[in-house]
Amino acid sequence: MNKENTAVMPGSVEAPEDRSVTRKPGPGNGHAAVSAAAPAEFTTLSGVPIERLYTAADLAGFDYQRDLADPGEYPYTRGIHRTMYRGKLWTMRQFSGFGSPEDTNARLRYLLKQGQTGLSIAFDLPTLMGYDSDHLLAEGEVGKCGVAISSLADMEVLLRGLPLEKVTTSMTINSPAAIIWAMYLVVAEKNGADWKKISGTTQNDILKEYIAQKEYIFPPEPSMRLVVDTITFGAREVPRWNPISISGYHIREAGSTAVQELAFTLRDGMEYVEWVKRAGMDVDEFAPRLSFFFNAHNDLFEEIAKYRAARKVWARVMRERYGAKNPRSWLCRFHTQTAGCSLTAQQPYNNVIRTTIQALAGVLGGTQSLHTNSLDEAWALPTESAVTLALRTQQVIAHESGVPNAVDPLAGSYFVEKLTLDTERACWDYIERIDALGGMVAAVEKGFPQREIHDAAYVYQQQLERKEKIIVGVNDFVTDEKRPIEILVIDDTVAHRQSDKLAELRKTRDCARVQSTLEALGSAAGTDANLMPYILECVRAYATLGEMCDRLRGVFGTYEEPAFG
Amino acid sequence: MDKRIRVLVAKPGLDGHDRGAKIVARALRDAGMEVIYTGLRQTPEQIARAAVQEDVDAIGISILSGAHNTIVPRICELLRVEGMNDVLVLVGGIIPEEDIPGLKAQGVAEVFQPGASTQDIVGFIREHVTSKAL
Repeated sequence: MNKENTAVMPGSVEAPEDRSVTRKPGPGNGHAAVSAAAPAEFTTLSGVPIERLYTAADLAGFDYQRDLADPGEYPYTRGIHRTMYRGKLWTMRQFSGFGSPEDTNARLRYLLKQGQTGLSIAFDLPTLMGYDSDHLLAEGEVGKCGVAISSLADMEVLLRGLPLEKVTTSMTINSPAAIIWAMYLVVAEKNGADWKKISGTTQNDILKEYIAQKEYIFPPEPSMRLVVDTITFGAREVPRWNPISISGYHIREAGSTAVQELAFTLRDGMEYVEWVKRAGMDVDEFAPRLSFFFNAHNDLFEEIAKYRAARKVWARVMRERYGAKNPRSWLCRFHTQTAGCSLTAQQPYNNVIRTTIQALAGVLGGTQSLHTNSLDEAWALPTESAVTLALRTQQVIAHESGVPNAVDPLAGSYFVEKLTLDTERACWDYIERIDALGGMVAAVEKGFPQREIHDAAYVYQQQLERKEKIIVGVNDFVTDEKRPIEILVIDDTVAHRQSDKLAELRKTRDCARVQSTLEALGSAAGTDANLMPYILECVRAYATLGEMCDRLRGVFGTYEEPAFG
Repeated sequence: MDKRIRVLVAKPGLDGHDRGAKIVARALRDAGMEVIYTGLRQTPEQIARAAVQEDVDAIGISILSGAHNTIVPRICELLRVEGMNDVLVLVGGIIPEEDIPGLKAQGVAEVFQPGASTQDIVGFIREHVTSKAL
């Protein structure tokens, strides 16, 4: 940026001339060609200062057994399994869902045929918000951001022909998670699949909805009760299911730093543990099924440090703070998705490169499953060819790069270990601040995480506009090309077809049974009974998602976010 | 000429992704404008009503869900019904190129796509509101 800075940063001496010749002025920035040749300061994407060189002096007092230990040993910094990817590769799980249940069923079958090893289903906004496809507020949104599921009939079509006992299915559903999960369980039941054998994940993480994603229906307290009901029901009836995927992904997408993502996610996890314990379940009965979901953003080493720190902090929390005895309760098992917010609409082929680097971070960080974004997702949901390329990216890393051969290959790097320690320390600081606020529900009600994330997002946006941070093709290396790729278009015929199907369902189902099961659900919601059995009965009677959510809205009320700062 | 530009930042539809809307709101405030943020999941009717009640010079509609072709024309229509013909309507979010002419034909002054800078948005509002209403 200027002589003073480059003078004190020897590593960057060559960079200015090399880079500036290829740079083009961005729109409205006539001086761009001479700017930003080297960063004003060297920081991670999240703004953490990075030294020129790391040495043994940075790890004074470092203790192998305490800070790392071998893979598969407490505190699991190096990974949760002794053999990691030698024993089993990560699950390649592309998140997909669009249009009608028929459309998505075809995409899921296609992905399995291409060598994908797990399923992951995206639902449209009306489904996420607990409205049927024919609701007034669903207009224009049906099938747009995911698949439209209003009743068991839709779920039957969605899962048609899929081997539910063999493949694990992840479902990104939160506020109405109990209902969508019940639909999945009833389809499994009808197909003769044993609940004790099926496995998969419901995201079901309501706290991050209040914090970041904002797809909430009910207020925090009854929402937490629904989460507790699913966790305790799952522990007893569907023991291989992950009833929750505690998610930092959306927190990061909303603009948080890496440390905020980590700390808020782990503190959310602690909140769930506390609530389920309070409901009377022993920690070791449910903790082994808690799972996590992290983002993989652009800064390779910052991300790797985050995953390593995540395992270490979670293991300590579970063992020391909650007294878990079963080592499986100490494990931070997580899914990773590359960062959607890092994708650019401009020069979309660059997204393939970004996604590759991010995926590599997830693998070097020891993820259990991975979604790689498609190059067209800054524009729309991905086309079949784009999602295939994204899956191929994982397959190349898995089978060609050699990266999976050795477990935690970066351990012992002065830089990576220091970054991991610093990330861990910053994470504990946030956990303490949230504890002081009275826990995560209280912190959310005070708007604490929301404000922290918004501030971080705003700082980053300003850095982009001052070109202190560079996004290739957006604020530097800009070209005038038009979009070179085709994108997926979802038209409104999906909405009409879904509405017709719902009208038909409402005519043909046993209305008396629907009414009585809905009545029972409404009454149970007013008590402290576990709601899962009641929801399952509604689902079996083909009551719709909207009808069930309406009953619950009647009892629980709805939530609107207060204006924070 | 001292009158501050008043802008309604609106988030219609069911989508909860409010990072962009909130960043734009803050950038407009930092640029000296008065900003009213509707909060999430406002219907076109609620947005038009807020625009009238707050007597705004410009409306920034943030939409990332793909429902823009349904929602934005309705907001424009309601604004016309309310007689707010000179309010500057801007749209930001994930809006494919081919949808932009249709939105502009409905009365949208400009569409800001992913990667747009807040300074460009500030500049656009200053230029177009000043020449019209102030």
